[in-house]
Amino acid sequence: MVRLWFVASTMTRSIASESPDRRATIVDLIGNTPLLRLARIAPDLPQGVTIYAKAEWYNPGGSVKDRPALWMIRDGERRGLLRPGMRIADATSGNTGIAYATLGAALGYPVTLALPANASPERRRILRSLGADLVLTEPLEGMDAAIRKIRELVAARPQLYFYPDQYNNPANPRAHEESTGPEIWAQTGGRVTHFVAALGTSGTFTGVGRFLRAQNPDVRLVAVQPDGPYHALEGVKHMASTALVPGIYDPRLADATLEITSEEAFAMARRLARAEGLMVGVSAAANVAAAVRVAREMRQGMVVTILCDGAAKYLSDRFWEDGDGRDGEGI
Amino acid sequence: MPVTVTIPTALRQYAGGHASITLPAGSAGQILATLREQYPQLGKQLYNDQGALRSFVNVYVGDEDIRHLQGVETPVADGETVSIIPAIAGGVLDGAR
Repeated sequence: MVRLWFVASTMTRSIASESPDRRATIVDLIGNTPLLRLARIAPDLPQGVTIYAKAEWYNPGGSVKDRPALWMIRDGERRGLLRPGMRIADATSGNTGIAYATLGAALGYPVTLALPANASPERRRILRSLGADLVLTEPLEGMDAAIRKIRELVAARPQLYFYPDQYNNPANPRAHEESTGPEIWAQTGGRVTHFVAALGTSGTFTGVGRFLRAQNPDVRLVAVQPDGPYHALEGVKHMASTALVPGIYDPRLADATLEITSEEAFAMARRLARAEGLMVGVSAAANVAAAVRVAREMRQGMVVTILCDGAAKYLSDRFWEDGDGRDGEGI
Repeated sequence: MPVTVTIPTALRQYAGGHASITLPAGSAGQILATLREQYPQLGKQLYNDQGALRSFVNVYVGDEDIRHLQGVETPVADGETVSIIPAIAGGVLDGAR
């Protein structure tokens, strides 16, 4: 049933993309991503336990962040905070920046981004190629310095900038409450029993969690965290130690929180590539590592998680070459 | 003149809130080991259970990643700076390559 839906949705995508009347711009391609069954990474699971994952790199900007970026931009337009001639400005070294730059180009808004100076050269090239202006900040200070910098810029010329502030903007979780959550519910035929997602801004977890809970109060929501504040899980926050807890974060929503080490995520990224043919990013791999851990504790049910992005931006990372080829089998 | 070790914001909570710490000169590995002895909680973030530096920890001497020098054997002279750089933003200092 679910597989049939996936095949059908893929066909719909290709048919729709051939029509010049529909899906005319990349904005129309955001969302409706495939839901993939991950059957080979954990062949030891009981027969009634399955793991599915949303392939978010199918979004035009290449990640799940297209959804909140679009919702925040549209919300800003509706409320008159973003008008023609203004710039979109935010602090992000990662996928949200690429989403702003992609949508900014498509919708005609210039984009200014603050990011730590040690963001990878590939990433800076992607952002600059999309026309974004980059303000590089002190690497030792991490994202905190980038956030302070962009706030200074916006405060100095508030009429020029629209500052979506993804950590505190309710349109961020709403994107997932109105798109990702309903898609998961439809694609699983309402059979999802567990949702597993890492907390970054917490937008995905909060929005999808709220929607699924509203459909079925028994759905279990499992949050994923790094094992400490110094980690390699791009886009994921260690809520217990961060100085800047997102305003949209709802600590009461999660039934459980799992800690995944960066090493576990690296091993799962390699394993997903070799066992499933899926090249995904580090936070996606952390989500799958956590989903497998959850699934191993179950007798029956369907675990759904998020593959936040593909591996393209991480190919220069060293971890692909580590490991012994049996990675992640014991995770 | 001793060596200065700079601590990223995220780890300062495990280093008595200090942004930098001064330690005697030696190899990068010796300096980090001393740091770990003084601040065991900081050490837990940087080292794995086998006592090796975790693979994603970025340590620079001056502007150069120790992976491109002599790793933990890299000598650090008096007056030089050892920096622990956050892993997430990509790990390459702007202009370092």
